[in-house]
Amino acid sequence: MDASAISSPQAYMRLQARWRPVELAFWLATLLPFWLTPDYLVLASQIAITALFALSLDLILGYAGIVSLGHAAFFGLGAYTAGLIAKYGWGEPVTGLIAATLVAGIVGYAASLIVSRFRHLALIMITLGMGLLLAEAANSASWLTGGADGLQGVKIWPVFNVFSFDLYGYVAYSYALIVLFLVFLLARRIINSPFGLSLRGIRENAVRVPALGAPSRAHLRKIYTIAAAIAGIAGALLAQTTETVSLEALGFQRSADVLVILILGGAGRLYGGLIGAIIFMVARDQFSGNTPQFWYFWIGALLVAVVMFLPNGILGGFAKLASRWSKVF
Amino acid sequence: MIGVLFDGFAYGMLLFLLSVGLSVTLGMMNFVNLAHCAFAMIGGYVTVTLMNQWHWPFLATLPLAFLGPALVSVVFERALYRRLYGASDLDQVLLTIGLAFVSVAVAAYLYGTIQQPVRMPDYLRGSVTALGLTFGAYRLFLIIMALGITLLLAGALEYTRFGAQVRAAVDNQRMARGLGINVDAAFAITFALGSGLAGLGGALAIEIVGLDPSFAFTYLIYVLIVVSVGGLGSIGGSFVAASLIGISDVAGKYYVPGLGAFLIYLVMIALLMWRPAGLFGRR
Repeated sequence: MDASAISSPQAYMRLQARWRPVELAFWLATLLPFWLTPDYLVLASQIAITALFALSLDLILGYAGIVSLGHAAFFGLGAYTAGLIAKYGWGEPVTGLIAATLVAGIVGYAASLIVSRFRHLALIMITLGMGLLLAEAANSASWLTGGADGLQGVKIWPVFNVFSFDLYGYVAYSYALIVLFLVFLLARRIINSPFGLSLRGIRENAVRVPALGAPSRAHLRKIYTIAAAIAGIAGALLAQTTETVSLEALGFQRSADVLVILILGGAGRLYGGLIGAIIFMVARDQFSGNTPQFWYFWIGALLVAVVMFLPNGILGGFAKLASRWSKVF
Repeated sequence: MIGVLFDGFAYGMLLFLLSVGLSVTLGMMNFVNLAHCAFAMIGGYVTVTLMNQWHWPFLATLPLAFLGPALVSVVFERALYRRLYGASDLDQVLLTIGLAFVSVAVAAYLYGTIQQPVRMPDYLRGSVTALGLTFGAYRLFLIIMALGITLLLAGALEYTRFGAQVRAAVDNQRMARGLGINVDAAFAITFALGSGLAGLGGALAIEIVGLDPSFAFTYLIYVLIVVSVGGLGSIGGSFVAASLIGISDVAGKYYVPGLGAFLIYLVMIALLMWRPAGLFGRR
């Protein structure tokens, strides 16, 4: 980027927020599954949900530098909220989504009061502990959650009373994709605001940012709450499109998976989680089959390779290649 | 009541063996090693293989359960970990979680996902009666073993030249380097020792908690709790924290089985909020 062309901070922010052709192409490409792979729309809806979840982790990990090993807690909260509301008589999906967002957001705010005070190992342990605590609570409260059998009897009404969820996933994918796009717009707006800029400052140096007049902890609380609410939306989407919730929605495995997805795609880039989710979910669908434990061998090896050779994920690698390319020519 | 305390303490000693190495290496290098329990798992599988395939006696397998993980860990330390000492927490977490995933998959590939059966020798089965109370023989053996190792460790750390170097490096790594202490070498040895102790813990744990490929993650959580509650780099802290957590876990499961592991997590979060650096931590 040519630094002399930027005349003011406002111009810099506007330049950052400009839509690029690649982005438009990406979002148009998300419509392709309807025509190219209509048999895989259920998978596509799962990918959209996972991408949304990864996006929410990106907001706190990639932009604010909060390493969380328990982010599935909010995903599970959203899933159980939406599932329980539907089970006990109100199967309207959009209001269910809003309720799940609120519950996850409120719990996220409460958690943020704790989380924003820690860094390093204590932070990792606190997030891990809170995730495990919630998973254990859901396991013990089997009268409410169905325990290890999962939440049964979830009935979701048609979206807007018109589009009922079908077996092929047409409605599920459309619904998940629309929600993903709307939340993405919101996340994009947040990241390209002065608030988003100060978050990146906190990530780089949490002590120095308050000296510049931005309250570190208050900012961390805000973004953590927002990210928790978004994770809740993703969980609610999963509960509504699959009409069941299992304990696995809250588990450590899901927290670890989403971390892998984000790192694979590239943390600290809005599209990192999205690209990571596509690659991860498609690969898992193709390769895991009936031996899930060997799938994790490749995930583990991949993580080691990414940390050692591709510190900024796949998108980071592309960005590096692109900048070299432009230097050569 | 005494029985619960005894069982809890024995379980705590197991957790202590599993976690003490991580505590010291974390304190020295600030390296978040989530693959620590994978090394413990190696120890467990070494014992299982030697006992079931080659019919070694249980006690004879223990030195190898120590040496095996120690050697493997030092290879990983030199090849991978060393490059990430200055890196962010996130990179360290990712690398070591990746290694833990790989270890789980490899263990499942080699041994299957079932629990490994192990038959203890007769003198470690049954129970011992003393002062009108009955104690499980194996748990007694575990406690004596762990206490012996603790004394050995504490003594070595307090009275040997190497121990002084390690303490200096934990206190202030840069200053220790400035005084001419080879911190990297001291760290590599400590790392191997810690992983070896974890491997020994893994071998001793088979009789109490069983062994399957998920060990690397299930006990990682307990080990991390012990380390963060006890405070980094503190053997005494780990000892106290491990006993506390062992006893409260066993007591919790005995008196309020409905709560499960809930209590432990709650205690950990409360303790960390009160003292973010752990009970005996200084930073």
